[in-house]
Amino acid sequence: MKGIKFIIAGILFGIVMSKSEAISWFRIQEMFRFQDFHMYGIIGTAVVLGTLATFLIKKFKLRDYQGNPIVFTPKEKSIPRYIIGGTIFGLGWALTGACPGPMFVNIGYSYWAIFIAIAGALSGTYLYGALKDRLPH
Amino acid sequence: MLELLRQPWPWYTSGIVIAFIMVLLLFFGKSFGFSSNLRTICSACGAGKTVKFFDFDWRTQIWNLLFLVGAIIGGFISAEFLSNGEAVQISQATIQDLQQLGISSPDGMQPEEIFSLSAAFSLKGFLILLLGGFAIGFGARYAGGCTSGHAISGISNLQLPSLIAVIGFFIGGLITTFVLMPLIF
Repeated sequence: MKGIKFIIAGILFGIVMSKSEAISWFRIQEMFRFQDFHMYGIIGTAVVLGTLATFLIKKFKLRDYQGNPIVFTPKEKSIPRYIIGGTIFGLGWALTGACPGPMFVNIGYSYWAIFIAIAGALSGTYLYGALKDRLPH
Repeated sequence: MLELLRQPWPWYTSGIVIAFIMVLLLFFGKSFGFSSNLRTICSACGAGKTVKFFDFDWRTQIWNLLFLVGAIIGGFISAEFLSNGEAVQISQATIQDLQQLGISSPDGMQPEEIFSLSAAFSLKGFLILLLGGFAIGFGARYAGGCTSGHAISGISNLQLPSLIAVIGFFIGGLITTFVLMPLIF
């Protein structure tokens, strides 16, 4: 049952995304219209604390629960890949109001229509894999 | 206590817990990135036979699929036991803007005009969800991550590529919100 800890972490994620309404299409619309601080507060708090935690993990060379060093893999250097890929992602994020995590949390919330978006996301992932070598990176 | 939990939680609780989950996964020897699951599912369904990008040992990613299963369970627990059934409390300005597009004010978590089954199986609703999802899947892999991998993990590690990706997320989101949506709705 080594996997149970990941299920529990996922449950915590699903609950907090639901209870803070980050899975709501309305909240994403409000964010892209800059009409409330809510989503910026969520992402901002996570980033500030995440940056502090990452800094401390590196500074004190902390290890994971098995005693292995915690390593942070730097992202590959590029501009087109991130700006083009990111923009395509954003087009879809605003339309469906759900990024990949919240898509699945919505299943638990019984919004069955989200399965259409998940089917789309899997097809999009597949097409990217098929076209990868022909795209600018 | 339960009454308090059933109300919507303030933004900082969510930010704190998300950072906690990121650190927790690091201590489990993994890294927080949700959209990788989409690639893993493609691979588990046999996409590696036709496309090299999916030809890897997807079993090494089972931990993340378990996280995904947990996320679904977490949504279920929230809806069943931790919800007071109230509509999302979005700002009045957003409600008014959306009404002009023909989307009524929130009744639950999601708009009826897109997420009700009758809307989702109309041609327009179906295409909105399918193409929106498609862009998310394609864009997340192209950019090498989504909100969790770039906006949270990447920026926390001061990665410039992640900042560029997040700028892209906003360029795309603003185009949809201010250019595409008035044309679609």
